[in-house]
Amino acid sequence: MNLELIIFIVLALTGAISAVGMITRPNPVISALFLIFNFFALAGLYLLLNAQFISIVQIIVYAGAIMVLFLFVIMLLRTGEEPKLFSEKKHIKYFAIVIAVLVFVQLGYLIFYEAPSEYISQRVQQSMEAGTIENIGQQLYTTYMIPFEAAGFLLLAATIGALVLAKKNFE
Amino acid sequence: MNSIPIEYYLILSAFMFTVGVTGVLIRRNAIVIFMCVELMLNSANLTMVAFSSYLGQSAGQIFVFFVMTVAAAEAAVGLAIIIAIFRNKLTVNIDEINIFKW
Repeated sequence: MNLELIIFIVLALTGAISAVGMITRPNPVISALFLIFNFFALAGLYLLLNAQFISIVQIIVYAGAIMVLFLFVIMLLRTGEEPKLFSEKKHIKYFAIVIAVLVFVQLGYLIFYEAPSEYISQRVQQSMEAGTIENIGQQLYTTYMIPFEAAGFLLLAATIGALVLAKKNFE
Repeated sequence: MNSIPIEYYLILSAFMFTVGVTGVLIRRNAIVIFMCVELMLNSANLTMVAFSSYLGQSAGQIFVFFVMTVAAAEAAVGLAIIIAIFRNKLTVNIDEINIFKW
């Protein structure tokens, strides 16, 4: 048992437990805090995978910007705790369990059937070069120039859309 | 050299995706449903970063960057919609928001 595996297990457990905690807490604020925990665990996993840039962006954009937006809206609306965690409709619960089991079994079957580790082994040197900010930035501004511009335009559209939607009475 | 098989990451990702799906189905609070969608996006990101790292190519990480952009846009617009709904109906419980149903 080496150090990498131990770090992976700790981070994976943090991620899994915080994900379960998120969907089982009745208070949305606590759900949001669990989700932030989950994002930090994922940032650690990205670092373990030599993806430094994505790891930092995960913390800045997800744990920083997006979750602050979520918490802001939760506290603005002050919806309080849900009286009942699950829907009153009983069949939705059974439906959810069936769907969850189906999805997990399908994904697990795919993963073990394909067994990618038989023909993929981690290329540490290459992945360390691939994950640097320098390399990602260079790729973004050369090979992926048009998607990058499109992403910028999408953000502009989202900003304007959010402004219009949140206005009190728009004509 | 490296002891962790890529399946470990994939199984974790599959588990988180399943939790996200379950959350979307059982929770009734629109904001929490949005957070579950973010969780599913993140589990997909984990898969892409894992493959990107194990194949030694940066394409997967660039795709994750774009997914994050879309997630940020989606969160901004979605939360604006939730605020607009709350202003009209004074609730974010999706059992009570059924103006498109009759």
